[in-house]
Amino acid sequence: MTGSAQAARAVPADPAVPRFYRVVSRREDTYDTVTVELAEPTDPLPAFAPGQFAMLTAFGIGEVPISLSGFGDDGDGLALRLGHTLRSVGAVTRALHAAGPGQLVGVRGPFGTSWDVPSAAGHDIVVVAGGIGLAPLRPVLLAALADRSGYGRLLLLVGARSPADLLYTDELHDWRERGVEVAVTVDRPDNGWPGHVGVVTTLLRPARVVAEQTVAFVCGPEIMMRYAADALVGLGVPAKRIRVSLERTMRCGAGWCGHCQLGPLLLCRDGPVVTYDRAVELLRVREL
Amino acid sequence: MTAQTQARVAAHPFFAALTSHQRALLAEHAGPHSFADGDRVFAQGAAADRFWLIETGSVAVDMRVPGRGDQVVETLPAGTVLGWSWLHPPYRWHFGARARERTEAVVFDAAAVRQRCAADPVFGYAVLACFTPVIIERMQATRLRLLDLYASPNEIARAEAGQAGGQP
Repeated sequence: MTGSAQAARAVPADPAVPRFYRVVSRREDTYDTVTVELAEPTDPLPAFAPGQFAMLTAFGIGEVPISLSGFGDDGDGLALRLGHTLRSVGAVTRALHAAGPGQLVGVRGPFGTSWDVPSAAGHDIVVVAGGIGLAPLRPVLLAALADRSGYGRLLLLVGARSPADLLYTDELHDWRERGVEVAVTVDRPDNGWPGHVGVVTTLLRPARVVAEQTVAFVCGPEIMMRYAADALVGLGVPAKRIRVSLERTMRCGAGWCGHCQLGPLLLCRDGPVVTYDRAVELLRVREL
Repeated sequence: MTAQTQARVAAHPFFAALTSHQRALLAEHAGPHSFADGDRVFAQGAAADRFWLIETGSVAVDMRVPGRGDQVVETLPAGTVLGWSWLHPPYRWHFGARARERTEAVVFDAAAVRQRCAADPVFGYAVLACFTPVIIERMQATRLRLLDLYASPNEIARAEAGQAGGQP
């Protein structure tokens, strides 16, 4: 099939109908987290942008929202390969976690807003990740590194539960080699851990963030995001230049069902990525 | 006190909220201090008679746990303060501290600073106002870590089931 033929087929994507992709590789990142690469689609979806998510189906079990953790576009505006990092926490993710090369997976998407990395051109990029929140942020770094001269400093601040829970350890090293200022902290060090110990916000001050030049990308548990975003605001970064990835119960992915409502936002459509000036008050409402 | 020490105190962000006069008063009780990688800065239970402004390097705050050795509970980077047990009785270190790399610091005679704070409440309040946000920040950080936000939901569920099962 030619590229133009693929593009023609990808346009009328019905958001409710999963497409078939095949697992072509599986990498164990930690004891409960894997990164799978999906490819060989029978009918490719439109390209995904960093920050967007897919609904992945484990056939016969169910469907879950999983953000893109790799590139989602292999040319011609099509998602010919998709990278997803997922943690085994329930029936569906357990099945997807166990899916090996050759297995078919259902994919719907792309859904939601993106990190909109190009709009940060000319600025320093500060990525603050907590736990598996590094997965949706990985494409931000990959995009910035792919256009390195387009951005100022690249800072990656990572918080993890323990050294054994750290994602992409090989890539962290590689990113450092490529000029990313990487700082990692853990809550629970083992005896051989030489790095920082403490919450991820403690990495901000030593990183010497230049507020007026910064666009920040924050992802992790919601409370961690709130503290990290507040700390960035405290350093002088405007809330509208802080982007967070929010999550509620994503079901339809297209803004139809309302399960993912956060106040005026339907996060599958108006999120998951929103600027902190929009999110800050919503996150303080207990009932939301 | 030397002019160099006074300049180092003035350059450190921790006392930035003080007036230059207040910083000069503090610097009268200060001097330079270096630690090699692995040096113990202080031991848990010892007299808390000093505090440090970390200029370069980093320090690990630790606690000796029988059977597990010195367990690091937090690391403190350059730009922050080490030590506040000197502020209140019993003036003993509640934790230990060890340099994690070559570390340069400004060390203060805590008893002398405390006496000056008591004698000059305006000065004392200003100094305490520098420490309080750090204490609050570290307490909040500790509370966040108690929540174990990065734990797997499965692990949390198992822990909660275990707790429920353990109740009479």
